[in-house]
Amino acid sequence: MTEGTPLTYFLILGTIMFFIGIYGFLTRRNLITILMSVELILNSVNINFVAFNKYLYPDKLQGHFFTLFIIAVAAAEAAVAIAIIINIYRNFNSINVEDADEMKY
Amino acid sequence: MDVFFYIAVAIAIFSTIMAISRRNAIHALLYLILSLLAVSVVFYLLSAPFIAALEVIIYAGAIMVLFIFVVMMLNIGLEKSMEKKWLNPRMWIIPSLLAGILLVVLFLALSNVGSLTENKGDILPKQVGISLFSTYLLGVEIAGILLMAGVIGAYHLSSQNKKVTHRFLEKK
Repeated sequence: MTEGTPLTYFLILGTIMFFIGIYGFLTRRNLITILMSVELILNSVNINFVAFNKYLYPDKLQGHFFTLFIIAVAAAEAAVAIAIIINIYRNFNSINVEDADEMKY
Repeated sequence: MDVFFYIAVAIAIFSTIMAISRRNAIHALLYLILSLLAVSVVFYLLSAPFIAALEVIIYAGAIMVLFIFVVMMLNIGLEKSMEKKWLNPRMWIIPSLLAGILLVVLFLALSNVGSLTENKGDILPKQVGISLFSTYLLGVEIAGILLMAGVIGAYHLSSQNKKVTHRFLEKK
């Protein structure tokens, strides 16, 4: 549908969203926001996969398959990470990463 | 068609930046949902309607509801009567406006091509399903095992600690 749009634009979009995610991952101190940044990073990779599939290998479906796989990984990762966050909140009564600095169980 | 792409990209980047920079977790989640919707429109313009639908259903539907649920449950750093603040229309007006723009873009893109199946070069769900269960069957099984491990891990992590000693052995 976007015949006029070169592949580069999609790659630029993916790169911008990837680095916004990296920035949030490194600067935020709230565990939930960090998890949101990880989701953003995974999502920007999806854009790259679908764009490469469309422009370079339009008769194959590898990009689509890997996008589905990444979505499944993101779902599993969100479930486990949220369980960990709830556990940290139970033990430290806070979800700030700086409060959770001892590895006591 | 290019105009739709640029609008969707602008909304995606703007809402992603807002999602990272908000202090209130609920506002950040609202903008993150908007960013996922914009990326879904980009997927649709990339002639991948199935991935676009899955993006909305799984990411914006399931995962974000999980996030919002946890934020509400933990009630992080907030006083008791936050509900009144969250229902303040000032907080919701920008995301809903941008989501409305995305909806208009999607409708225009749909009306341009007539219908979904007429569009040449689209990867339809049927093709994806056939290839998933023939060529990439191993990957589907691995994804299933991964999801099961995730479910078991989440259950194990979030269950309360049980007593390990018998009640007769406990010190009074």
